[in-house]
Amino acid sequence: MSEVATPKNVLIVGVGGQGVIMVSKVLAQLCQNNGYEVKQSEVHGMAKRGGGVFSHVRFGPKVWSPTIPEGEADVLVALEWAEGLRWINYLKPGSGTFIADCQRIVPPFACRNRGRGAEATYAPQTPEEIIEQVHAGFAIDATTMATNLGNLRAANTVLLGALSTALDFPEEDWLESISMFVPPASIEINREAFFEGRAWAMESDKRVDETAAGLHKAHTDIHNVDIDTVVEITEEWCKGCDICVKMCPERCLRMNDQLIAELALPDLCTGCRMCEWLCPDFAIKITNTPVTPPALEPAE
Amino acid sequence: MVANRERIFLMAATIGLFVTFELSNSIFCNTLTARKMLFMNETLARPAPEVRSAPTARPLTGNEAIARGVWEAGTKVAAAYPGTPSTEIMENLGTYPSEDMHAQWSTNEKTSLDVAIGASFAGVRAFSSMKHVGLNVAADALMSFSYIGVNGGLVIAVCDDPGIHSSQNEQDTRMFARFAQVPILEPSDGQEALEYTRQAFDLSEEFDTPVVVRATTRLSHTRSAVNVGERQVVEPRGFIEQPSKNVMIPAHARMQHPKVLDRERKLIEAMNTSPLNRIDPGDRSVGIITSGITYTYVKECLPNATVLKLGVSYPLPETLIRDFCASVGRVIVVEELEPFIEEALLVMGLEVEGKAFFPRLGEFSPEVLREGFAKAGLMDAPKKTEGFDFAPMIRPPVLCSGCPHTSCFMALRALDMRVAGDIGCYTLAVVEPLKSMDTCVSMGSSIANAVGMAKAGTETKPIVATIGDSTFLHSGIPPLIDAVYNQANITVFLLDNHITAMTGGQDHPGTGKTLRGDETARVDYVELVKALGVEFVSVVDSYDMAALQHQLREAMEFKGVSVVISNRPCVLDPVKIKGPTFVVDQDNCTACQSCMNLGCPALTWSDNWFEGRHKVAIDPNACIGCSLCAQLCTSDSIRPLDLQEAANV
Repeated sequence: MSEVATPKNVLIVGVGGQGVIMVSKVLAQLCQNNGYEVKQSEVHGMAKRGGGVFSHVRFGPKVWSPTIPEGEADVLVALEWAEGLRWINYLKPGSGTFIADCQRIVPPFACRNRGRGAEATYAPQTPEEIIEQVHAGFAIDATTMATNLGNLRAANTVLLGALSTALDFPEEDWLESISMFVPPASIEINREAFFEGRAWAMESDKRVDETAAGLHKAHTDIHNVDIDTVVEITEEWCKGCDICVKMCPERCLRMNDQLIAELALPDLCTGCRMCEWLCPDFAIKITNTPVTPPALEPAE
Repeated sequence: MVANRERIFLMAATIGLFVTFELSNSIFCNTLTARKMLFMNETLARPAPEVRSAPTARPLTGNEAIARGVWEAGTKVAAAYPGTPSTEIMENLGTYPSEDMHAQWSTNEKTSLDVAIGASFAGVRAFSSMKHVGLNVAADALMSFSYIGVNGGLVIAVCDDPGIHSSQNEQDTRMFARFAQVPILEPSDGQEALEYTRQAFDLSEEFDTPVVVRATTRLSHTRSAVNVGERQVVEPRGFIEQPSKNVMIPAHARMQHPKVLDRERKLIEAMNTSPLNRIDPGDRSVGIITSGITYTYVKECLPNATVLKLGVSYPLPETLIRDFCASVGRVIVVEELEPFIEEALLVMGLEVEGKAFFPRLGEFSPEVLREGFAKAGLMDAPKKTEGFDFAPMIRPPVLCSGCPHTSCFMALRALDMRVAGDIGCYTLAVVEPLKSMDTCVSMGSSIANAVGMAKAGTETKPIVATIGDSTFLHSGIPPLIDAVYNQANITVFLLDNHITAMTGGQDHPGTGKTLRGDETARVDYVELVKALGVEFVSVVDSYDMAALQHQLREAMEFKGVSVVISNRPCVLDPVKIKGPTFVVDQDNCTACQSCMNLGCPALTWSDNWFEGRHKVAIDPNACIGCSLCAQLCTSDSIRPLDLQEAANV
């Protein structure tokens, strides 16, 4: 390959368990085989538990710092879409290449809003608008490509194939390095995965997989109905069985001093009617009334 | 003495890796005094190492390199308690031949250091590793052993966590080294991690002192090419009977203390000329003093600066530092965390700057240094690049799908208890949706914290201490005895997942396996707890939501110390658990969100709606089949996929 004079910076990111470290090890081995000094830095510990994982790979004739500063990554490889967006400002503004698997891993934290019509707070940016703004970029459906080849786990190798178009190493060197880090039985499928990713990214400098758009389509607001909820508890009928308190998903009910159920945290109530349905004594009544938006005041 | 000379020779041989650096005339400044010229010429005899990536070099993390150094030094006994970022050192030592070295997990850091100390008494090279807060636990042994000194060389690797990636604080271990008056070595990359560790054993035996090798998260978890060497043959010395040195009664300790001070003087003298401290020559208007991984950031930002790289940050080489300061214009100390070197230099009466430009907290990086150097007027302020302007999605770490801790904390929240927590994966229960932990201090604190809460007499809620199995064995047993002895009215919830999970699945005395995987005795918690005098003990399946709540309610009604033991293995270690996947019947789901209160990563929203809320779906790849969500479902919509369906997925 043409000699690299100053360190090249490749940032690899994803979610715990996806194989960020495997991808970085393949790359680091490849660079070392080609005679470069390589530093690969990761931070793990909490990462394993579904949190974000990142790995810095720097290679060149001499590498000092193991970490890549913001705005200085030559390539950003994301194994998950929203993780790619988290690190996107680490790309070199005028020359960086963005490679992301467009599959989504939606964390439980993003599904916390119990309000009516609430959407998951997953990254709302669409692949088209992101790829348009980077110097070179690929939103690739590596997961589906690998699944079609018969092994979901080869998605990382599809991404390595795409990465191979951004770094100037011989094809055979990539394959040799990949075969060192995948199980012997899956070398062939990883070889195919590599070529598939490489061929896909070779087509142009910017490309969005046709399925990617669908994965990130914003929902319509038809469910965004404003509802007024009234909770009525008939104290005389409540025998203090505790079922509603234990089953309330929002945990907004409690037993008062007389062991009668009461609505302690009305702001949290979503009007789901669980307590009404489960009360053996019909002591709870929920009324959900759609709120008619007030007519707009005519402008003066 | 002969042995010592041999070791010094070996050190010299290691130094042979460094090549002589030829000084370019262009960097000389005419205005410098002759003294400065002379000093620079002398110090340049031990210059920066050349690029060392021979084709045989192996890619090793800092931790792997330390382990290699321990093995190469001929160490016979090594012990540790796992703790991020230090864990992989001992895991790695467990892969070297058992004929070469005994390597073990100990119950806690103090025990591990005491095991190493015992081996040193017995005349072999010994090693212990731990994270920074682990040294707090081991400090008692270290303080006395500093007076005693070594027979076989003893090295302790301590890994700090600047930036608090996975810890409860970011204390600076260099302070501990000065406190204990033992040398501390700070490698800056994998190669140095190996070489310094080897040399630490030589230093230990030459100066009759335990030696600390300090890494930080960034070094421990950075992989770079490392040239490895052979294992050194070290003849065991055997136990030396000398009570005045080995038995620290007051009379002996009084005699040993002056020896410690004398040792410090000798070390300072030796460090003035040790190749561990070296100077990279360059522009002499400013001199940078730095150590450890920060050195690599300095070189990244100011490749042409004159740098004094301290491989040993305690004790400091006073003459070398004074001469260095005199040879440059302005002196700036760049050090992560505490102003440890800076303050020592100020005490020496030297005019230096440091923390005026660099933060005293958090992890350093080239960016942090560039900002600091800009403040110091050494470079232009970094340009803020125009980038994308959106806040990234929050993705905090979560308990795994099927984690047996999930239901335990769900039950504690439902029962509205005051929960004293402890260190482990389960500390994640402090946030929504489990949100059921009130305190967390340090390893093993929970039970005694609960005793204190109970004795304070202000609490209206039932008091529970939650503690994992590994943490319980680490330091939970003495406080449990304390609770029984003092008749505290508390419930201890022992979360037994049969492994040290937080650090990635290490064995401990409750797993029945050693570090090397050999079968061994297994702690019986029920018998143990009964033997301590606990009258209420029950074991409960953490995948049985109703039984959990029932047992906990019974335990909290018991007057005195009650112990409930939850009993399910970690879903990741020692084997990854994967049972039949569950599925949500989309027609039946009322989108009540009860199951979402588990915070299970396999549960997510589907594209179907019910009365304005998302129905729930289960990711078949992530679900392990624990059944907890099905137990919580209010509409009976969650069931296991039958085999026919599973085959079609």
